[in-house]
Amino acid sequence: MDWTAFNPLAALSGGALIGLAALILFLGLGRIAGVSGVLGQVLQRPDSETGWRLAFLIGLPVGALLMAKVLGDVTPHVGTGTPNLGTLGLVIAGLLVGYGTRLGSGCTSGHGICGLARLSPRSLVAVLLFMASAMATVFVTRHLVGA
Amino acid sequence: MKRIITALLAGLVFGAGLALSGMADPQKVLAFLDLGAIATGGWDPSLAFVMGGGLIVTLPGFAYARRRSRPVVAEEFAWPTASAIDKRLMAGAILFGIGWGLAGICPGPALTLLALDGTAAIIFFGAMLAGMIVYAAQKQIGR
Repeated sequence: MDWTAFNPLAALSGGALIGLAALILFLGLGRIAGVSGVLGQVLQRPDSETGWRLAFLIGLPVGALLMAKVLGDVTPHVGTGTPNLGTLGLVIAGLLVGYGTRLGSGCTSGHGICGLARLSPRSLVAVLLFMASAMATVFVTRHLVGA
Repeated sequence: MKRIITALLAGLVFGAGLALSGMADPQKVLAFLDLGAIATGGWDPSLAFVMGGGLIVTLPGFAYARRRSRPVVAEEFAWPTASAIDKRLMAGAILFGIGWGLAGICPGPALTLLALDGTAAIIFFGAMLAGMIVYAAQKQIGR
């Protein structure tokens, strides 16, 4: 294990904030805080739900920016961590995430945080599959191809 | 207006949680997904605690919601109705997992990274939107 990087408390409290956000949206508006679902639906014809969806989506980067200011050392870099990913690889990854989450009706938040909390067997299957598929992908890029 | 403010608050808290948890850092995500690094001592299991922290809040929260007749600022709860474990669900989850494993970015962090990183974040976000639009177009054609 990488003990220098291991920070379960930040992960646990960050996760609790994500859970709190999902509850605010569900107990407040009765809507599931699934980012891929909210984003996918906002891309379709505007309706009476478009307003709150946009507000939720705008809140995400703003909230992250505020937290990064508080923490002071948040400097994530997109496109690093996978050997030789490149711009084309990044585009392919983005396409797969966008298409796959819509086809599978959810992502880490909708299936992972909300679906599991509702004890949905469908969401449990989705979570196990995308976790396994992501882990297999990292194994290939880091230990087979990139090694 | 109440709905807009509630949703904005949820988004802000969500984004703050993503940044604090480490989920908004693709390198951290990939280090978590890298089970092959266990042998060499490079595995970082931190992010398993994100889902744990989330469920500590949402499990009792959704159980409470079941006992309420309606949400606070809307007419009714939109409980998801789909229950089929079908090919669409499985294929979608697998494709999403491949993309997530390649870049270390899922949809929430794709949005937060727009504020935290530069051009590469915009490229990923644009490609993700394109993937969603392809899905919507395909659905409209009726296949």
